[in-house]
Amino acid sequence: MPHIYIDGRKIETQNGKTIIEAAIENGITIPHFCWHPELSVSGNCRMCLVEVGLPKRLPDGNFEKDSDGNLSISYIPKLQIACATVISDGMHVKLDSAKTIKAQEAVMEFLLINHPLDCPICDEAGQCKLQEYAFNHSRGESRFVETKNKKPKRTPWGPNVMFDAERCISCSRCIRFAKEIAKQDVLSFVQRCDKVTIRVSNGKRFDNPYSMNVIDICPVGALTSSDFRFKSRVWDMSFNDSICAACSRGCNTKIGVRNNEILRIEPKTNMHVNKYWMCDYGRLSMLPKLNTGRVLNPRIKQNGQTEDATWDEAIAYAAQILKKYKPSEIMFIGSGKSSNENNYTLAKFAKSALKSGNIDYYKRIDESFKDDLLRTNDLNANALGCTELGVAPANSAFAIENLATNIKSKSIKAIYIIDEDFDLNKELVDEILKAESIIIHSANHNIITENADVVFASSTFAESEGTFINVAKRVQYFAPALVTKENLHRMGMKLSRLDKFGAHNDRWTQKELRNSRPAWRVISQLAAQMSYNFGFIKAEDVFKEIANLFVSFKSMNYKLLEKHQGITLGKGDSPDPVIRNYESYYMKPN
Amino acid sequence: MNIEHNIERERMTFWERIYLPEIARGLGLTFRRMLRPKMTRQYPEERWEPLGSYRGRPVLVEEDSVERCVACGLCARVCPALAIEVQASETELDKERFPIKFEINMLRCIYCGFCEEVCPEEAIVMSKDYELVFTSPEAGIMDKAKLLVPIAQLQDRLEFVRRYR
Repeated sequence: MPHIYIDGRKIETQNGKTIIEAAIENGITIPHFCWHPELSVSGNCRMCLVEVGLPKRLPDGNFEKDSDGNLSISYIPKLQIACATVISDGMHVKLDSAKTIKAQEAVMEFLLINHPLDCPICDEAGQCKLQEYAFNHSRGESRFVETKNKKPKRTPWGPNVMFDAERCISCSRCIRFAKEIAKQDVLSFVQRCDKVTIRVSNGKRFDNPYSMNVIDICPVGALTSSDFRFKSRVWDMSFNDSICAACSRGCNTKIGVRNNEILRIEPKTNMHVNKYWMCDYGRLSMLPKLNTGRVLNPRIKQNGQTEDATWDEAIAYAAQILKKYKPSEIMFIGSGKSSNENNYTLAKFAKSALKSGNIDYYKRIDESFKDDLLRTNDLNANALGCTELGVAPANSAFAIENLATNIKSKSIKAIYIIDEDFDLNKELVDEILKAESIIIHSANHNIITENADVVFASSTFAESEGTFINVAKRVQYFAPALVTKENLHRMGMKLSRLDKFGAHNDRWTQKELRNSRPAWRVISQLAAQMSYNFGFIKAEDVFKEIANLFVSFKSMNYKLLEKHQGITLGKGDSPDPVIRNYESYYMKPN
Repeated sequence: MNIEHNIERERMTFWERIYLPEIARGLGLTFRRMLRPKMTRQYPEERWEPLGSYRGRPVLVEEDSVERCVACGLCARVCPALAIEVQASETELDKERFPIKFEINMLRCIYCGFCEEVCPEEAIVMSKDYELVFTSPEAGIMDKAKLLVPIAQLQDRLEFVRRYR
C-alpha cells in the first residue's frame, strides 16, 4: 500500500486517491470550498493549496539524505491543490508551513473582497464554511478600500431555492450538483472576473425534486431555502437525529427545532442510505402535519360529542368498547407510517392478547413518486416493518382491501386504528365511519378523529423513539426531537439554549406541550386494563422483545443501531463497519 | 486574629476612652459638613441627566421611521440573563430582514450592555432612561413599540459607543 506523509504523519492510502481524500479518510481536514466527495473535482476555489514534494533521488537510484540522515524532500515551488493532486508513494504534504498558510490567507482575502458583510442577515451564519475559515485561516482584517461589487440579491431559482449573487464565491458546487446528481443541467456561470455569477438557463426553473440539496452544499449563504428563510438562527435550534417518514427510503435526517416547533428537516449523512442528499418532498411535506392541527389530548365521544379526557378515562373507555365485541368482529389497522414498536405492540395485542387475526395496514404504492436517486414507489416509511412484524391478516378475507365490504356485511363492527389517516381517501373513510365503534391513535385532527369513539393523542416519529425498516431492509433508529408531556424529562435529548435554560414563566417556554403518547405505550396500558400484562416501560423494552423473538432482528439494540447508522435485517451480528462521514462544516450548534 | 485581645477597650487610645473629646470631634465634623454645598437632589422635581456613558434601559434605534435592527439575534445570544427575544421576518426593504418581534424582559435585564457591544448594526443602545416602574410582570416585557426610540434622542450614546468601540 502506498503511503504519504501529511505534516510528517504517515498515512496509508490507496493509489488513485487525491491528497484531500486520503487526508479526510484519516481525519485530517484540508480547508476547501469547492471540493465535495460526491461531486466531480473542479479545483476552482484554490483554498486547498498545499506544499507538495517528493524525496530527492540520486543518480544511483538511492534517496538523497541530509547531514542528519533524514530524507531531503524537493518541494514543488508552486503550491498544488490537494483536491486534484493524486497521491504518489512517499509524497510529503505540508499543511502548516508558512507558505501554505500564506496561500490560504491570500485566498481568503481574495474571496472576502466582494463578499458582503451581511452575516447578521444571512441564514447560513453559524454553519457557514466561509465564516469558519475567515475565523481559522484568515488574517482577520481587510486591505480592500474600494467599494464592493453590487449584484442582485433575492433571485428565486425555483420554488424552493433563493439565490443571493453577492454572497456567492463561485465554487460551482451547485452547478455540479445540478448536472451530476439531480440531472437537471440548468445552472451555469455567466460573465467573467468579479462580475461572474450563476444563472438558471433562460426560460427554465431550478425545480427538480432534489433542488434543496444545493442549499446544504453551498459553502456560503448564497443559496437559501425559500421556506425556512429568516425563520430562526441556527444556534437557536436544536438538531436531533431522525429518519424521514415520507417514503420507504428512510433518509437520515436532522430535525431543527425551536420553541418545540419543527422549523426545518435537513439530511444527515448516511453513506449506506441517502449519502448527503434528501428530496424536497421529504423536507417540506411533513412540516405542516407535524406542527399544526395536532390532537393535544386524548378524546372520547360521549352523547355524540367528542371531548378531551384524561388518559385513564380514555383507556378505560376503550377497554370497555373492545370488551363489547367478539375479537373476530374487531379490525386492527397498523400503519406503514408508524414505528416497528407501535406495529409490533398492536400485532401482539391483536394476536396474542385478543386472539384476533384481523390485522392489516394501509398500503401506499405510487409508481409516479419513484425515481433513480432516492425516492421509492412505497410512500409508507415502514411497510417492511409491518410485514416483518406480523401486521398481516390471518385470513385474507379480512385484508384491508375488503374492509369496506366487511363493514357493510357487519362482519367487522369495531375498528382499532394506529397512526393512520388513509390519506383521507374519501371512499374508504366513508365506509370506516359506518363502523359501530372506532378507536384511533392519531396525531392530527381529521374527519375520522371527529367521529371516533376514542381518540388517543399519538406521538409522531418526531416525538418518540423507535425504528423504521427502509426499502433496503435497513433497520434505522430515530430519537425524539420534540418535547411532549410524556418525554419531558428524557435524558440525552438535544435542546436548544432557550429550551434548556427557560424558566417556567418565560414566554418561550409557554409552548404547545402536547399530551401525546406513542401507540405502543397506550396499547400496553390498554392491554393491562384488559388483564394482559406486556411489561413495556420504554420503547427499548419493545425493541428488545422484537430482537428476541424475530431471527432477522437478532442481537440488534438501539445503541448498536445508532452507532452503525442502521443495520440490515439479519445482520445484527455483522453490521456494516462504522465509517467516518464527511461533514461540510464542523462548527455546529449543540 | 485573636478576638479576645482585640476588644474595643484595648484598641482605643486614652483620649478616645474618656469619651467627651470624641463627642466634640464628631459634632465638629457634622457642623463642618453643614457649611459645605448641599448634594441632595429633590428627585422628582429635579431630575438628573446622565452622560452618554450611562447604561440605562436598552432601546432600539429608529432611523427613517424604521428600526435599524436586522434581527440577527446576536443580542439574544449574548444576553447573559436571556432577557431578549427576537423573531426575524422578511421585509421588502434593502436590509431584507427585520424583527417582527423584539422583546426585552426588563425584569431579567441586568443592564450589562453586552447587547449593545455585540450589535453589528448599532441598532440597540443603552439609553439614559433609568425610571423603570412596572405594576405587573407583564408590563416589564417591552415590545418593539416601547423599545423604538428616534435616533436624534440617542446621539450621545451612539457617539460614546463609536468612540470606545
